[in-house]
Amino acid sequence: MLELKALHDQFGYDITESRFRDNRRFLVPSAKVYHVLEYVWRELGFDTLADLAGVDYLEYPGATDRFGVVYNLVNSVTGERVIVKTHLNPPDLELPSVVPLWHAADWMEREVYDMFGIKFAGHPALRRILMPEEFTAYPLRKDYPLKGRGERHNFPVITRAES
Amino acid sequence: MPLTLADTLPAETNEREYLWTLNFGPQHPATHTTLRLVLTLDGEKVVDAVPHIGYLHSGFEKLGEHLDFNQYVTIVDRMNYISPIANEISWHHAVEKLLGIELTPRCKYLRTIMGELMRLHDHLLNVGTAALDLGAFTAFLYGFQQRENINDLVEYASGQRFHASYTRVGGVMFDVNNAWVERVRKFIKGMPATLAEVDNLLTRNRIFIDRTKGIGVLNKADAINYGATGPIARASGVVRDLRKDEPYLAYNDFDFKVVCAEGGDCYARYLVRMQEMAESLKIIEQAIENIPAGPVNIDVVSDAVLPAKPSVYRSIEGLIQHFEVLMPNRGYEVPCEEIYAATEAPNGELGFYIVADGNPRAYRARTRPPSFIHFAMFPHMIRGYQLSDVVAVLGSINIIAAELDR
Repeated sequence: MLELKALHDQFGYDITESRFRDNRRFLVPSAKVYHVLEYVWRELGFDTLADLAGVDYLEYPGATDRFGVVYNLVNSVTGERVIVKTHLNPPDLELPSVVPLWHAADWMEREVYDMFGIKFAGHPALRRILMPEEFTAYPLRKDYPLKGRGERHNFPVITRAES
Repeated sequence: MPLTLADTLPAETNEREYLWTLNFGPQHPATHTTLRLVLTLDGEKVVDAVPHIGYLHSGFEKLGEHLDFNQYVTIVDRMNYISPIANEISWHHAVEKLLGIELTPRCKYLRTIMGELMRLHDHLLNVGTAALDLGAFTAFLYGFQQRENINDLVEYASGQRFHASYTRVGGVMFDVNNAWVERVRKFIKGMPATLAEVDNLLTRNRIFIDRTKGIGVLNKADAINYGATGPIARASGVVRDLRKDEPYLAYNDFDFKVVCAEGGDCYARYLVRMQEMAESLKIIEQAIENIPAGPVNIDVVSDAVLPAKPSVYRSIEGLIQHFEVLMPNRGYEVPCEEIYAATEAPNGELGFYIVADGNPRAYRARTRPPSFIHFAMFPHMIRGYQLSDVVAVLGSINIIAAELDR
């Protein structure tokens, strides 16, 4: 069972806990997030990374930070589920990769990088996963329009002869 | 230790020169959908596999930020199109948890029945095509016969055979009648015979066992670390099923088992899926006999649910209610909150992380797609096996590219 007090003792008092319905969320400063995740992985048996998502808070009412990264952890023995969240602000969009802890993070981090441009230091192969390599924008950011910026019309056309 | 090819080479030779590269997909019958693998082979042995995905990426999550909670159901339908209603149930499960809506008992039972029909729908296709890729054609046809019957049931209930868009916030689009219940009863009677036929064709089939047993082994520790869920995790011995662990809908009321196996190979995954279909039938049998009477949608006064069409056309109250729900800034009271909710879809844990900002649409609608996470472990599962095992492993992990790429 992950208790806020244990995190406070280990990592200082700038970690906060909130609850909504049955979700328990811990907001951790980005500099400490890897240490917190490593701690819950090693000591508390959170052996499954169920989800890793990015959120862009550009137009969110009352938001002070631009990006959020959400780690959704499950203890596969007890079934306990916690959400660890951290905030990031440009230009410093970099987090330590958690692939050494959970292999599942490999593609999820690539997707967050692809969609939001958040880099993960130490990732084995951080490249785009859903969008093509030559794509320059980050489509799930709030300042990217729903219908795109005309990239589709500017894609290089490959003819049969040169393919 | 026997000599390998690399040992016989002079030390300065780059051993990669002796490996060759094979492109598999994106258009290949055994990928079933559009995905691509670049395989590095040593003779017929797979040394490495690099998946390339994104061919079907169509920005579902971006669309989720622009469509309201009821409209987006048509999009989640098209994620895992092998079990469309299971996605709808998952999406509205998350939305209802966000809004704090408690469903009526009848709706819970109805959604449970639909969810389990979709599990049958998905597993029948997966078992059939996994065998089809290995050359066993007949089981696939038997499976499709029953999938057709499930499509008929869905059509009778929702008016659409496949992409039903059946669920709504706080209920479902149409209630079912006794004739539908009779049809489901008839379907349940016919289904065990199909399962027995598939079982007879495959479970003790020498060729099928040779092609699947001990192939694509995923041990328990790796299954957990790579984030496997659903039948794939359970075939590796991970005892986890959200229907039992985090009960939702009416699953608490029913008696069923969580099916697990120990092998972690393609054969174990096949066995788990076959047994799960038997358990799903048990759930449907219990649910259809105990389906409660009463309204299928939550109370109309709550401003959350669309009124029935006849009352929209024939009464002023119904018309007002319809407008109240559909107009922006009316209808639901959405909290400024974030929530993660997941259900046990046929493929594994299908979850939605919704960030809401008070508007009747999601600010961010993140999907946790099981196919995406399962395909990420494919290189790990195939390394060291033969080229012909690629289709066996690919078939057994049931990758749906529309869900993979969203």
